[in-house]
Amino acid sequence: MTRPSSLTRRGMMLRSFALGCSVSASPLLTPVSFASLPGEGRLVVIILRGGMDGLDVVRPVGDVDFAALRPETDTPGFALDGFFELHPALGGLYPLWRSEELSFAHAVSTPYRDKRSHFDGQDMLETGGGGATPGRTRSGWLNRLVQTIPGATSDIAYAIGRENMLLLTGDAPVSNWSPEAAMSLNPQARRLLELVTHDDPLFREALAEALLLSSAERNDVVGAVSADPNGMMPSDRESRTPRRREAGVQAITRFAADRLRREARIAAFSVSGFDTHVRQTQALPRALSHVQDAILTLRRHLGQIWQHTAVLAMTEFGRTARFNGTGGTDHGTAGVVLMAGGALKGGRVITDWPGLSEADLYARRDLHPTRDLRALAGWVMHDLFGTAPSVITGSVFPAVDLDRNPRLLL
Amino acid sequence: MAFDPERAAIRFGCGLAPDIAPPRSATEMLDRLAEPDTAAHRFPVPAIDTVLHGLVEIARLSRTARAASGSAERDAARDSRKARLRAMRLEAGGWFRHALLRRITTNDGFRERLVSFWGDHFTAHGKGPARHLSYLPYLEDAIRPHVTERFADMLKAVITHPVLLRYLDQPRSAGPSSRAARRRGGPGLNENLAREVLELHTLGVGASYTPRDVRALATLFTGLSIAPDRGFVFRENLAEPGQITVLNRVYGGKSPSLRHVFQALEDLAAHPATALHLARKLARHFVSDTPDPALISALQARYIETDGTLSALYESLLDHPSAWRPEAGNVKQPFDFMASALRALGLMPEDLPTDPGRLRRLLHTPLGLMGQPFGQPRAPDGWPEADADWITPQGMAARLNWAMTVPTALADRLPDPRVFAATALGSRIPEPVRFAAAAAETRADGVALVLSAPAFQRM
Repeated sequence: MTRPSSLTRRGMMLRSFALGCSVSASPLLTPVSFASLPGEGRLVVIILRGGMDGLDVVRPVGDVDFAALRPETDTPGFALDGFFELHPALGGLYPLWRSEELSFAHAVSTPYRDKRSHFDGQDMLETGGGGATPGRTRSGWLNRLVQTIPGATSDIAYAIGRENMLLLTGDAPVSNWSPEAAMSLNPQARRLLELVTHDDPLFREALAEALLLSSAERNDVVGAVSADPNGMMPSDRESRTPRRREAGVQAITRFAADRLRREARIAAFSVSGFDTHVRQTQALPRALSHVQDAILTLRRHLGQIWQHTAVLAMTEFGRTARFNGTGGTDHGTAGVVLMAGGALKGGRVITDWPGLSEADLYARRDLHPTRDLRALAGWVMHDLFGTAPSVITGSVFPAVDLDRNPRLLL
Repeated sequence: MAFDPERAAIRFGCGLAPDIAPPRSATEMLDRLAEPDTAAHRFPVPAIDTVLHGLVEIARLSRTARAASGSAERDAARDSRKARLRAMRLEAGGWFRHALLRRITTNDGFRERLVSFWGDHFTAHGKGPARHLSYLPYLEDAIRPHVTERFADMLKAVITHPVLLRYLDQPRSAGPSSRAARRRGGPGLNENLAREVLELHTLGVGASYTPRDVRALATLFTGLSIAPDRGFVFRENLAEPGQITVLNRVYGGKSPSLRHVFQALEDLAAHPATALHLARKLARHFVSDTPDPALISALQARYIETDGTLSALYESLLDHPSAWRPEAGNVKQPFDFMASALRALGLMPEDLPTDPGRLRRLLHTPLGLMGQPFGQPRAPDGWPEADADWITPQGMAARLNWAMTVPTALADRLPDPRVFAATALGSRIPEPVRFAAAAAETRADGVALVLSAPAFQRM
């Protein structure tokens, strides 16, 4: 086996295999990684696909026009600040609201307007409006954040799940992994595989990373279970919801927590099911239960690290202010960002509330956006990692108007 | 660069196989498309009616359970419902097996690839209990019979198919002045289908249309609906009466009619933006993530000249020199990869498991792990085309895991890896692959190494 002498990513991988130990315990890896750590902060970004209905998730019951717009809202929610109520399906997060580990930003959106396409909306959400010029390679804003971290290695940031997230795509090295993909190969087969894929960079790099993560996985999944500080491992059955996909969300968040307890500082994954055109009263609670589960699983498994963590859950757009004719809502404009974590100065709904009268609505149909969600994300990374505002507006979210710091974190 | 039989089988067909000769010319490929669809005949998949009848029965059993007076009656109805649904899922597993067998045994591989391509262009699957039942019957009804006809014909077929209508929330959409909407609590307009028709199926998202066009087309589409037992119906009480302007053309008249919808679909299909959108997609799917602009222009021009005749479009594709570029082409999507691997192994119909558990474990589940759960793309824009979306660490790991374990579980006896390299890759075997096939410790490892090589994974 050839061994590159420089500590490149691939070099490290080969060494850790040669040493026959798990990556996380490799003495060659950790010093390099520690040298590049941007403090203790942890950022988790959850992309809520389909367009979450912010007006149903955080309900402006104190707005005089709300009841008339949404007569369908009949099950009472949890009181937040007197003006807003939380959707009952997120009741499991209510204790976090009271302990100030949960916040919301309302009437926010990306700059995406009018065409209301999921795919373009998600592209805008994940590229942050940067690098989206036709003909150029698109990159995600979270990847561009990683690019600002000096000497970042690929285990700083993880995109988790079967899909390849645009959010973390770009020039900075990041890891992509789905916890169910771990493989085991005999040494001869591994060597020959490296040989047959060697001349095709796409295959070569994917294989290198898959081998690296497979070896880490086998040790770490066991570690995560036994390392629970208080011996309070919940049974998976306890919080099971009707859909099988939920097991996927749990596995993903457990893997995320495990990485974040080590070198990783950033993790991203997505939850879908928010495109509630039909029978929203059934479809939305199902999607929300995955989000609730993801946050509670992270909190449980992160232990002390939760204190340094901010979770941002965001969606491509909100939905129409009124219900449509089929018991659901159609693609809209402004919506809600959900924030959780021990690093948060929580218990607040941050908003410049636009109102819901016919004249207040965007295009007379949607909640009017009053803040750019990219500015919120920008201030979170500023407070969490010390990223300078000039760097945020220069490369992470090019030309975004950051406005004043809403001081989302402690 | 010109036609090459091996490249034709790999890039435009279902791959090489030990006992099936690759096509000898582009003409032969196009002639086969014009001949009867023998693969579909040999490995049938039913029309959607079969699924609809099953679903009606399931809905009836649900109602019986809800209305039951005693717990014994309720449990009996629930058990029958469960058994019925289970039987339908087993049957659908058989259709999935047939879809693989078509690819494994056909000498008309281009047709199978085209069905997948257009099926992805018009992505749809069932919802609720039908989620995993409807994809293949939908392709069989709305896509497969039209792959060589005019694009407008296929467009009309999908837009009047219950699976697509349901998938895009159309059936209850009502025009603002329709009879249904004027009732208290009546249904309203739903824009989803109209939006996707413009953005994904015809003009493409970059084209110049406005939110007003989306809304107008949605209004024109009102009336397209479904009946649980019959499938597509045009419901006049949902349809918006009067004239409706979409992209500066006026449709409709006094009374609503499916004719007006079809006229709009004809016009959308004939739009130059549609020609460009389809030309780009076809070139990207079959040739390269970054196709030659000259190829796109040629396809677009041919589409316009022939009034969107798809067989002419394919002829233009196969005639173009850049279709035959010798560089490694696109990465195979997981279903292409799996089917072409089974084909290269020379598997016979009896080698593919009929046992539902084995079928799921060895073939169905692994597709999901590779990132392509069968017939279930995440969203209406279908599967991604970029190579990097498929060859991720986890996607790569899943392909390897499958290649290492499943061929040996299915094949009676695995071929000698050195022979297999020539069967699967043809005359162009990269030196490292030749070496690895000979150096592997076991037949299973050797076969897996050939299947994992970029030379096999790419087209």
